[in-house]
Amino acid sequence: MQTVKMVVTGPFNAGKTQFIQSVSEIDVVATERKISSDEERSVKPATTVAMDFGRITVDGDLILYLFGTPGQKRFDFMWEILSEGMLGFIVMVDSTRPETFREARSILETFRAYAPTPFVVAANKQDIEDAWELEDMRHALRLDQETKLLPCVATNRDTVKTVLLELLYCILKDMESAK
Amino acid sequence: MALHGNLRDFTITQLLNLIILASKTGTLIVDGISEQAYISFREGKLAYVRIGKEDGSLAAVLHKANKINVNQYRAIADRAGQMTDKELGLLLVNAGYMTREDILLNLQGYFTEMVRRLFTWVEGIFRFENEMLPPGDKINIRLDLENIIIEGSRQLRELDQLQDEIPSLDMALKFTERPLTHVNLSVEEWKVVKFVDPKNTMRQIAGTNKLTEIEIRRIVYGLLQAGLVELVRPAGAPVQQNPKMFPMQGKEERKSLINKLIGRIRTI
Repeated sequence: MQTVKMVVTGPFNAGKTQFIQSVSEIDVVATERKISSDEERSVKPATTVAMDFGRITVDGDLILYLFGTPGQKRFDFMWEILSEGMLGFIVMVDSTRPETFREARSILETFRAYAPTPFVVAANKQDIEDAWELEDMRHALRLDQETKLLPCVATNRDTVKTVLLELLYCILKDMESAK
Repeated sequence: MALHGNLRDFTITQLLNLIILASKTGTLIVDGISEQAYISFREGKLAYVRIGKEDGSLAAVLHKANKINVNQYRAIADRAGQMTDKELGLLLVNAGYMTREDILLNLQGYFTEMVRRLFTWVEGIFRFENEMLPPGDKINIRLDLENIIIEGSRQLRELDQLQDEIPSLDMALKFTERPLTHVNLSVEEWKVVKFVDPKNTMRQIAGTNKLTEIEIRRIVYGLLQAGLVELVRPAGAPVQQNPKMFPMQGKEERKSLINKLIGRIRTI
């Protein structure tokens, strides 16, 4: 049996767990704990502390695992471990919470430094009225035009599929351009 | 138990605080990445500082503070080559050239600057030698460090924020589309801009310009904010595929695996 993995990362409450849940064939093995800080608890009651874990079986020989990283910075020691051997990564950003963009940028740069693997950025919660326009987010996140910034609604399987496919296209392109 | 350890676990501000609180006498020796620092204390008060091979002689300090001109500095260095700082200080006071307070104030300013420099050191090994007293031939001061520590803590907070913005110095920089005309850059910024090239990592640029981590991060942050540069993976660095990424070696097999994944995800 062959296994490969992709990592879904991003700030606290960006929608990583939901993203994986939408395409995983198993219930996501989540390591959620109640949140202790009042400020963060007002955003959501529980958060991932180690990782989320989803699975997509391709055939009898191949399985794709999706790992979601903990979003809170104090668990960032897990990031490097989770990034080891990944095919690529997805940075989830909550389009309605510009106060998290700076952290998203920092997470993106951290992962880029860990491994030179392809990545895409998913602008989540694009169905909400307050969501930022993609081009505005591109500037705020300091993404160059070559970086794929994709609209996403983590509860909507089709948009999640599109994000995963775009990452796979990037991986394929990278492989073709590599000597 | 000897006081020794790593700056990653114990910051300079924490160390200085401890020395002050314990009213320690002795010398804190810090082996930084490229330099060694000696910071001497008497009963918790700063007495003397020396970093690397920097000329911290009284003549050099007074010259840097523009209290003596370059010719006077050279004359002192020539004529008073064998004279200790204490003897030179006495000579200057007796000649009516400077007061004792003037000399002490200038030394305080110089040592304070040295301690500020130390706050940018985030990596290194330290140890405190109780037996190593401040050098006897140098003029010692008695300076409370509390205010400088508060300032240093602010600097550390800034470093934390800058590390959030620029987590790794192993990334490179490239110019954005925005032209570099009508931009007023400082000398330090120009020094960095000169080396902006996807082939150069920020760590290399800092090394070439002898900038500390906080200095290079501060400059790059400003350039990023102004939209003049962007972070990129260093060019020329091979796009290494971690062997653990794929269960197989061949390129065609790997492509076939990705195509299988694409096919599967389309059908979800």
